[in-house]
Amino acid sequence: MAELVSMRHAYGEALVALGHSRADVVVLDAEVSNSDFSFMFQEAFPERFYDVGIAEQALVDAAAGFAHAGFLPLANTFASFFDGRALEMVRTHLCYAQTNVKLMAAYSGLSPSFDGPTHHCITDLAIMRALPRMTVVVPADCESLSRLLPAVADYPGPVYFRISRAEVPRVYGDEFKPTIGKAYTVREGSDVTIVACGLMVSKAIEAASVLGEAGVSVRILDMHTIKPFDREAVLAAARETKALVTAEEHSIVGGLGDAVAAVTAEGCPVPLRRVGVADQFAETGPYETVLEGCGLTSEAVVQAANAVLELKADGVRS
Amino acid sequence: MHAHSEALVRDITRRALEFRIDVLNMVLVNNSGHIGGSFSAAEIIASLYFHHLRIDPDNPKWPDRDRFILSKGHACPMLYAALAHRGFFEPSELLTFRSYGSRLQGAPDSNKTPGVEVPAGPLGHGIAVGAGMALAQRSRGSKPSSLSAPSSRAAAGSVYVVLGDGEMAAGVVWEGALLAAKYHLGNLTAILDYNGIQQTGATAERTALEPIAEKWRAFGWHVVEVHGHNVAEILDALDRCDEVHAQPSMIIARTVKGKGVDFMEYDHGWHGKAPSQEQYKAAIEQLEKEIEKWQN
Repeated sequence: MAELVSMRHAYGEALVALGHSRADVVVLDAEVSNSDFSFMFQEAFPERFYDVGIAEQALVDAAAGFAHAGFLPLANTFASFFDGRALEMVRTHLCYAQTNVKLMAAYSGLSPSFDGPTHHCITDLAIMRALPRMTVVVPADCESLSRLLPAVADYPGPVYFRISRAEVPRVYGDEFKPTIGKAYTVREGSDVTIVACGLMVSKAIEAASVLGEAGVSVRILDMHTIKPFDREAVLAAARETKALVTAEEHSIVGGLGDAVAAVTAEGCPVPLRRVGVADQFAETGPYETVLEGCGLTSEAVVQAANAVLELKADGVRS
Repeated sequence: MHAHSEALVRDITRRALEFRIDVLNMVLVNNSGHIGGSFSAAEIIASLYFHHLRIDPDNPKWPDRDRFILSKGHACPMLYAALAHRGFFEPSELLTFRSYGSRLQGAPDSNKTPGVEVPAGPLGHGIAVGAGMALAQRSRGSKPSSLSAPSSRAAAGSVYVVLGDGEMAAGVVWEGALLAAKYHLGNLTAILDYNGIQQTGATAERTALEPIAEKWRAFGWHVVEVHGHNVAEILDALDRCDEVHAQPSMIIARTVKGKGVDFMEYDHGWHGKAPSQEQYKAAIEQLEKEIEKWQN
């Protein structure tokens, strides 16, 4: 089992580093700074931190106001508030107005597991990627988060940055050099490709080693940018490995799996299985238990890979 | 006794009447647009653009400019008329309003129209966005410049928001109100176009707002009440609010929906429809007669 690291603590550190490197950064928070760890920025730069109160709509609108005045605002609250309560603000004042606001979406996926489905956020990728002009970025681990945050800050226009509340397995070391909009090849392989994002990259790596023991050569793409979507990397994987599995900590509706399905259906149809949360609400419980309950396990990824490998073999026979 | 010259007041009053004619012409192009709420805001918008706002049409993104946000975005025909005559674009472009390919969208688009600061249309956003802007402007180091300016307005530009009464039913208005008070945003002034009529009838019969002044005071705002078609009163109120540094200000401007054309006044039916040719001619006639009275 890989080492577990607190992603929100990594976020707090990366945020402070960003504050040092860019004087135009301001941080706004909807009174959850000790949950999302933006309090670390508040301690380092009290004059550049604004608590708007439990008012997520005003959080997004006020952040837009800062952007119009030439600042780089990072708005912080739980993912489920950005993709629900404040969505109209996100659409009108960030996307339509094309403002340079970065949404720091804490407590994403199932990571606030004990808080239950009201706090889980398994619809944000679908909703955010449907918005014109939005960029959607999902770090797989803490190293990825700290590499991607400065890139998100430099990226023009609104960006949705998905952060876990959980302690997550270490995936990357110093070699990881992500570029927004480009899939990262975690490992090369020729029999099947697992296209994953976020926490599920670590599950994909576990699945690949199980499959490897059975002689299957597995490619893994870390789709850290859900939008703009790296169609070329996915189509190359479809052409070269001829079997795909997607894995995401998100509803099966509208997320990474659907994006891959749409791109391959039009560009290179191959057998595909999507691992994600079924179209239903999850439940309260320990994080790993909730993930298991939703079928977000390395075993589920292995099963999906075996299923597409069988379809691929059938296709070759027929 | 008003602080502004009679010539200035007459000039702005005449322009507000002329902009109403522009609005009628614009709405007629595609038989589409909002007359009632444009007319009620005419003197407010004209007072801002033809005296109070520190803006430069040749340099619309000047960082220290004052910012104007039309929270009631459907009244954008009046804003477009003011922007065009203030020099942000040619007045002839007004007749492209709501046409396909036009820079003058049905609701304001800050990426398309020179001088428009933020999009609007979905109601309720103006104060919250304005609070963010005012907070940002203040943190850019805008201290009241008592030595350099006749009033003690902030050097880095103040923020002005016009909102409608109907949109005060939206929760985000009050989120923004609390935020502005929390941070003592003296560089934020909102003007309520209190015409008392919304899309389906009288505001008092929809979501009751009174007592409005007490509400805003209770939320920590400095409140001034004016006759919203009296330019001298509007200009004075704007000046007074600029002198308040520890609180955001709310100017409650009592207005008449459809003001300026007798058969459009006080009638929610003129919220969002175009006039017939006969109604158009009658309206123009009334407005032209009134303009005669205000020539300097």
